[in-house]
Amino acid sequence: MTVVELGWWGVPIGVLGGAIRISTPFLFVSLGECITERSGRINLGLEGILVMGAMSGYAVSYTSDNPWLGVLAAGGAGLLLGLLHGLACNLPRVNDIAVGIGLMLFGTGLAFFLGKPYVQPKAPTLPGIPLGAWSDSPQIRAALQVNPLFLIGLALAVGLGWALRNTRWGLVVRIVGDSSDAARAMGYAVARVRTLSTALGGFLAGIGGSFLSLYYPGSWSEGLSSGQGLMAVALVIFARWNPIRCFYAALLFGGAGALGPALQSVGVTSGYYLFNAAPYIVTLGIMIATCSPRRTLAGAPGELSINR
Amino acid sequence: MKERAGQLDRRELLLGFAGAGALGALAAVGRALAADKLVVGVIYVGPRDDYGYNQAQAQAAAAVKKMPGITVVEQEKVPETTDVQKTMGSMIEQDGATLLFPTSFGYFDPHILRMAEKYPKVRFAHCGGLWTNGKHPKNVGSYFGYIDECQYLNGVVAGHTTKTKKLGFIAAKPIPQVLRNINAFSMGARTVDPKITTQLIITGDWSLPVKEAEAANSLIDQGVDVVTCHVDSPKVVVETAERRGIFVCGYHADQSALAPKGYLTGAEWSWTTPYTTHVKDAMAGNPMNNFMRGGLKEGFVKAGAYGRAVGDQARKNADTIKAQMVKGDFVIFKGPLKDNAGNTVIAAGSAHKQTDVVLEQMNYLVEGVIGKV
Amino acid sequence: MASDRSGPWRRAAEALVIPIAALAAAMVVFGLFMAALGQNPLEIYALIYKGAFASAFSWQNTLSRAAPLVLTALCVALPAQAGLMVIGGEGAVVLGGLIAAIVGHLLSGAAPTGVKVAMVLAGMAIGGIWIALAGALRQYRGVNETISSLLLTYVAVALFNHFVEGPLRDPSSLNKPSTTYIGDVNMIGSLPGLDIHWGLAFGIGFCVAMHVLVRYTTYGFALRIVGGNPRAARLAGLPVTRLVLTVCGLGGAAAGLAGAVEVAAVHGSANASLIAGYGYAGIVVAFIARQNPLAIVPVAVLVGGLSASGGMLQRRLDLPDATVLVLQGIAFMLILGSEALYGRLKLFRARVA
Repeated sequence: MTVVELGWWGVPIGVLGGAIRISTPFLFVSLGECITERSGRINLGLEGILVMGAMSGYAVSYTSDNPWLGVLAAGGAGLLLGLLHGLACNLPRVNDIAVGIGLMLFGTGLAFFLGKPYVQPKAPTLPGIPLGAWSDSPQIRAALQVNPLFLIGLALAVGLGWALRNTRWGLVVRIVGDSSDAARAMGYAVARVRTLSTALGGFLAGIGGSFLSLYYPGSWSEGLSSGQGLMAVALVIFARWNPIRCFYAALLFGGAGALGPALQSVGVTSGYYLFNAAPYIVTLGIMIATCSPRRTLAGAPGELSINR
Repeated sequence: MKERAGQLDRRELLLGFAGAGALGALAAVGRALAADKLVVGVIYVGPRDDYGYNQAQAQAAAAVKKMPGITVVEQEKVPETTDVQKTMGSMIEQDGATLLFPTSFGYFDPHILRMAEKYPKVRFAHCGGLWTNGKHPKNVGSYFGYIDECQYLNGVVAGHTTKTKKLGFIAAKPIPQVLRNINAFSMGARTVDPKITTQLIITGDWSLPVKEAEAANSLIDQGVDVVTCHVDSPKVVVETAERRGIFVCGYHADQSALAPKGYLTGAEWSWTTPYTTHVKDAMAGNPMNNFMRGGLKEGFVKAGAYGRAVGDQARKNADTIKAQMVKGDFVIFKGPLKDNAGNTVIAAGSAHKQTDVVLEQMNYLVEGVIGKV
Repeated sequence: MASDRSGPWRRAAEALVIPIAALAAAMVVFGLFMAALGQNPLEIYALIYKGAFASAFSWQNTLSRAAPLVLTALCVALPAQAGLMVIGGEGAVVLGGLIAAIVGHLLSGAAPTGVKVAMVLAGMAIGGIWIALAGALRQYRGVNETISSLLLTYVAVALFNHFVEGPLRDPSSLNKPSTTYIGDVNMIGSLPGLDIHWGLAFGIGFCVAMHVLVRYTTYGFALRIVGGNPRAARLAGLPVTRLVLTVCGLGGAAAGLAGAVEVAAVHGSANASLIAGYGYAGIVVAFIARQNPLAIVPVAVLVGGLSASGGMLQRRLDLPDATVLVLQGIAFMLILGSEALYGRLKLFRARVA
């Protein structure tokens, strides 16, 4: 392969590639949480589900030799944990945020415990789609090596955004999320809608986890997520409960995360801790700039306990 | 991970649980572990099967386990807080351990020093070169290896293999021990071709899988075609390099299974020597060997087997240098040596042998490394 | 429901019996889980007891693990009184540790008692300011405090690392970059006769004081109104912003104190060992304690005990370190789920004769 001296062009290309590579788990988790929160519940436990998804996806891919079965298993594991959250929160007096915190611990612990035998083996990973095949530059080809899950996530974001606005199902979720009294008056089973929404959220978060272990970085270890799930849940607030904005937020976060290493690779070597904190600083900066004290959380579902 | 670094099947793990469970019964819990045996405690900061730092230690612990008259108790993922003091205390008070291997570098000060004072009859063997005569208690000892020798050999092999003349190094933190590895790697490569550069990326912490993968990708985007690292678990770096079709040198433990195509060789620890020495001393009641170090010659470190991609010239060249190192007459850090800002750091005519403490204060990057401390 | 004189007594018994029953149920579930994997549950129970509570040593092990969690849990529980969900205690911990190390070094020549007090106060101040910042962003800019406090934690950790390994690094701290040692005389040390540092006493004292503040003062009453309904609070003329900022400040001060104590009683300098996740562990403790400052203490002891016994399970049975995480997860899910039982058990219902 001929090597082209990229120099500073490496930074935008690295950030683009990084945005695509890093953003997918954030995207899936935040889309899942988006559905859950739109129905009026918060599931803070998606970090645990993400880790559980990463583990079970890897384990199933290893035993079945089929990474896509792994993705499905990860979604299934997420679905079950989401269901657990949803059912627990149907009980009277049980607080959704607290159960989420408990679930975070439970999911992570279970994943670490069951995942021990899978740290060492090598499981088959997911293929990438070479969207950059048109380019002569190996860097661009690498940056545009896109995983199908990223594209599915993009389609899902668009689809969810449309479905929440235009379908009967979306309307029901939104009504349940905005006012349980109204929903009940209209004859909808509030608890069931919320349980299903949480389970669906768990399903998506589990798939996000499988991306970590089966594509990028592409192996199972206990330090794999280190808080990405928690961050992704927080991004939903940043994205104001809008699936399309979840996509932008995940991209922004992924791109900013690639900034530190990309800058160092072209020789900007001082202050790497501060560059590595770029995703957080950028997100915080945007929130401070765009929020307003008068309309605290525009777009927030009315039933959300966070929305006070 | 038990005796082997290899795969551990889930069923085996479960069977292992069942075996231990069958011993059960409350009575067994009450008394200390076998009184006539030497109980050895090993403490890890991360998981034992990390394909890296902790795994290298666990391999030595597994070797100790096979020695007669020894019981080994292990605890992993113990943070460098009061938790590790309590873990050491538990091993002493509850398990009857009299020889401890608290392996993380950060355990030493204040944790090991504090416990050593409290339990003067217990031996504490710490990985890292921190024990100082007159300053630290006699029941504490350090063991460490000159792994920069293997990094130098890694560099030689990498230098022969690279086509772009650009190497990459992913490091956790710019501390002297890491800088020594980076410099040795770069110097080894430049013996092959002085035009070779080593681009450095610092991730900022010992275990950050996503950041390490991202660092590897940015290096590869800049044309780097051989990469190595100094992080706790090189797994992600090795796998990313393999996936993008470049070459990689391992670190800490053997990662060749992770990159069958691109793995060149690796710098590996071989802790069995210091572990067994400490255990034998403790059993015989000999005074503690407070300061144990060695390189290839003493068998504290080892160079990994060459991968498929390593050419004949590279093998021959590296083997010659290795033979000199094993004989003990090869000096890596000797003058004239310039840092990457052009300042002379070692004057012509002076040479720092491995035992020289000056090397442990290294605060520069040598010529050819792109990066800043 | 008619109330009789045994009402408060019954409620107290209920608040005690339900979580304990949930815990017992969790032990059973965990035992079945382990039995399914071929372990002997009785042996595991015995080891857990021995590791956490059987001897003076194991109690000290448990309590020293609980100590930092008591303080970091307050960083969640206090803002929760005003209806805020702050999850960024970790940032206050590391900054509290950093500032304590700086102050301890700068004043190292002064009278040790003064240095100790200054370190503790500085840690509390910076922690308080950091969390109050999240409160201020919410009050003045409408930025959700959950996300801002989490983002601020990452910023705090980056700042901490940047300073410890850059401008504030002691050049002689070679392979473990640290700030300059504060000196033996300035170390706070352990509680008399125990191998537990002063953080435990500070934590318990802080919890009791905060319980009194929240329960028995006008400030606490106002706080709870804000937590119940901020609009009503504003209509009633309560200084909502001031209440929110002060309660965030108090919570942050608790977490900052945890960091300062880690430096002043354990490490003697600020270094990366300080980033041990105490802030995150505190979130769990606070939620299990139902944000009640007084309940934090026993919950932290429970968490500390379980993690102490986790070591025992690893060493004796060669079980993975995550075993105890599974137990904690099961226990917390059941304790949280058991809240549904309050007021529904016949035993605790007021008996109308």
